[in-house]
Amino acid sequence: MQHIVIIGNGISGITAARHIRKLSQNRITVISGETDYFFSRTALMYVYMGHLKFEHTQPYENWFWKQNNIDLVRGFVTKVDTQKKALTLDRSQVIQYDKLILATGSKPNKFGWPGQNLDGVIGMYHKQDLDALETHTDRCKRAVIVGGGLIGIELAEMLRSRNKEVTFLVREESFWNGVLPPEESDMINRHIREHHIDLRLNTNLEEIIPDEAGLVKAVKTDKGDVIPCEVVGLTAGVSPNIDFLKGSGIELNRGILVNRHLETNIPDVYAIGDCAEQREPIGERRAIEAVWYTGRMMGETVARTICGNRIPYNPGHWFNSAKFLDIEYQTYGWVWAQPKENENQFYWEHPDGKKAIRFVYDKNHRTLLGVNSFGIRLRHEFFDKALTENWSIDKIINQLKAANFDPEFYSTYEKNIKAAFQKSAQTVS
Amino acid sequence: MNTNTTDFESLSLSNPGTERGWKSKLGLGLGFLGLFILLLAFFEINLPNQSLFLTISLLSIAVGIVFYTLDLYKNHPAGIKNNGVWLKDFTNGGTWAWILGVVLTIFYVLLYWFPETVGQGASGKANSGLVALFDPLSQLLKNQPASQWFVYGVLYTLAILGLGIKFIYKYRHNKYQIVRTISVMFFQLGFAFLLPEFLLRLNQPFNDFKNMWPLNYYFFDEWHLKELINSGGMGIFMLVFGIAMIFIISPILTYFYGKRWYCSWVCGCGGLAETAGDPFRQLSNKRLSAWKFERWLIHAVLVFSVLMTIAVIFTFLTRNPELSIITRDQFTWGISIFLLLVAGVIYLFKKDGFDKNIRNIILSIVVIIVGVLLINTFSDAKNIFFIESYKLRSWYGFAVGSAFSGVIGVGFYPLLGNRVWCRFGCPMAAILGLQQRLFSRFRITTNGGQCISCGNCSTYCEMGIDVRSYAQRGENIVRSSCVGCGICSAVCPRGVLKLENGSLENRINSDAVLLGNDVDLLSLIRNQKSA
Repeated sequence: MQHIVIIGNGISGITAARHIRKLSQNRITVISGETDYFFSRTALMYVYMGHLKFEHTQPYENWFWKQNNIDLVRGFVTKVDTQKKALTLDRSQVIQYDKLILATGSKPNKFGWPGQNLDGVIGMYHKQDLDALETHTDRCKRAVIVGGGLIGIELAEMLRSRNKEVTFLVREESFWNGVLPPEESDMINRHIREHHIDLRLNTNLEEIIPDEAGLVKAVKTDKGDVIPCEVVGLTAGVSPNIDFLKGSGIELNRGILVNRHLETNIPDVYAIGDCAEQREPIGERRAIEAVWYTGRMMGETVARTICGNRIPYNPGHWFNSAKFLDIEYQTYGWVWAQPKENENQFYWEHPDGKKAIRFVYDKNHRTLLGVNSFGIRLRHEFFDKALTENWSIDKIINQLKAANFDPEFYSTYEKNIKAAFQKSAQTVS
Repeated sequence: MNTNTTDFESLSLSNPGTERGWKSKLGLGLGFLGLFILLLAFFEINLPNQSLFLTISLLSIAVGIVFYTLDLYKNHPAGIKNNGVWLKDFTNGGTWAWILGVVLTIFYVLLYWFPETVGQGASGKANSGLVALFDPLSQLLKNQPASQWFVYGVLYTLAILGLGIKFIYKYRHNKYQIVRTISVMFFQLGFAFLLPEFLLRLNQPFNDFKNMWPLNYYFFDEWHLKELINSGGMGIFMLVFGIAMIFIISPILTYFYGKRWYCSWVCGCGGLAETAGDPFRQLSNKRLSAWKFERWLIHAVLVFSVLMTIAVIFTFLTRNPELSIITRDQFTWGISIFLLLVAGVIYLFKKDGFDKNIRNIILSIVVIIVGVLLINTFSDAKNIFFIESYKLRSWYGFAVGSAFSGVIGVGFYPLLGNRVWCRFGCPMAAILGLQQRLFSRFRITTNGGQCISCGNCSTYCEMGIDVRSYAQRGENIVRSSCVGCGICSAVCPRGVLKLENGSLENRINSDAVLLGNDVDLLSLIRNQKSA
């Protein structure tokens, strides 16, 4: 029996622990400095909005861990000694391991803005960020959010749900346009404004201005505007949470460098989830993927490797999802913000401006490469199959009905989409 | 400093509709005015023109709800409206929830066991107080004075209609919710309220066609059977229709659509839970222990209800052989054989990959019922269960019909959630649930690997199903208790859940593998299972 120690109780670490338990009788210890029990990070926003209590974000009841013989330890790992295979916890307690899985996730980016550590400046990643936001909520009339990505818009939604005025500074000329094509990005711009969020595109943060007590008083933008506010949310992306590993001998770049088997340069040390960086990126994927789903997959994979069946991390077709205020977003395969040379695109938008779908397909072979969907739910299985079997765009357009995953009685748009497809002479079928 | 005017505008305009406006204050005011009139009547304050005051009261409650609803949701784009649910005292089981719970409970206690306190005229005397206030409406509908049940029926219907409108506006982006809610409003108003009253007016038996046994536990009571049998063609039709509902219509509909066709589309208890009870759905207990408790309790009630009914029919057959087409011996043996056949068929056809719990539950139920029947027959007892059938019947009426379904079922909405009765106590839900798990095309499908384990589905499941525990494994949800309200699908921020009626093949996919990881996990799992 080996002692498997997992640092981090997020989706990656916990998935690994659960699968190791399924496959073996190894001793498992999960260490977290953040919370006693696993919770769904993606659900933190709903706690602040009052949709959930924090306990609802915990997918397993508290007895689950003991019953499955998974030891949970609360504390921060301050040192990793890979020679002695020992961890130091909070500078005192020492834990020995046989195999170590690093699943420490991310931390919010801060780019050295003046005032970025003031009281009232928060990120939105950890449970502690949520607690900090809560303590500043009562005195907050207006919040300024810096950074136009998924966490930024979630934080804006959170604050609006508590009737805070929100100014949203986005560096780019349109929301999340590094990922979303212009039409989709613009749709979300409009929807953000519909929710009375003061969206300021092409705008950077210059500095955060304190009051006499050292609390946030205002921010200054690169346009020269001074916006009075009590809370500043920094949501300009995240990066791997690996500072404690410096000097451990584990090879680091932006993240913890791993091979396809999620192994680091040190034997018996693995890294999974947000903190891992692939030495050779897989397909079109980024070397660091800070996504719930990929964390879950890596956890599953590393568990099998550790339990004697060494397999590479081999994610299937890319998929992701998000919700922009009231508009749901799903994507399967690859849809780039700007089409690549070999790509044709077909975009359809509903007149209400809240539903849209975009297909990307190969110019020559007409095979589907990716799909973006807004306000219409799509069947994962359908597109996974279509991408695997290289279905043509024409086949997809003809079979859209089977791809729909909206609730019963919803209006369907397959005919409209097909008609638009034919009309734009992307061809018939 | 460069501050242009548009910035100032967006600063000042960016927060509209956050303070409740005059409309919601007016709405609340009207609502309380309506309730105040009812309260005055309750305290026997003499109201000069009952028709006028009743009209004002009911109208102002209805209009009040509409105004309040408009103000609540109008300034927000269509979408999920759960902001602040767990932050508000009223919906998180706080002080106001307790106050409302106590008030509702008192109302039910008075209504069931002290009807004279609400003004029910005892033994032919004229009504007073609250019941008397409803006399004009009752006279209008059926030429009879009101009873406490008429008052209850009017208020119940008003609650479903008014708060149904609120529910529809709240979920205006979700057509499944809209259609379903129009359905419960229609069945409450038409089938539960108006039709029975008109039947009375036409000197026909009072009958709610959609209220089927065993939820309708008086269906086989001696007085009710006699009333139906003695009322000519219409009565016989009601009897035949009622029995056809149990053995033909309901199984067919449940096969095609799951129990939701009844529990969240037609049923009156479900109708109130889905409309008036909607603000409290999140309070249901999600713990595994609650699920275990639920399975014991609801099936115990089912056994109790079946035994009580058999006893009542047994007594009816004993006392009224001339009205019966079978003897009581034929009846007890017939029931025993029927139940054993059902159990046998289930055992044979569902042997493979069969849910052990459900099989044990069904077998236990049948063994207990048949056992009691046989013991009775061979010991030559006069009464089923060795207890006078009317006693059994009255215990059931008190404990299950009144205390459980009314006082706990509705009175405790604000504290235990809106489906306590449906989940823990309703024998109808128990039967439909067993069928739903075994012989139905209904399931909630999980969309590949898209679940993010956020917990909205589980939290807002009024039946306390831990929906997430299935969704995050990519499994479909096939649970006997699911009433198919569709809220899990509505609140899911990633579009993961869909209510579907599909083929029985692979409906319960406990072998499901989350899409995403490109490994042949399925064959791995199968190998492990066969190993």
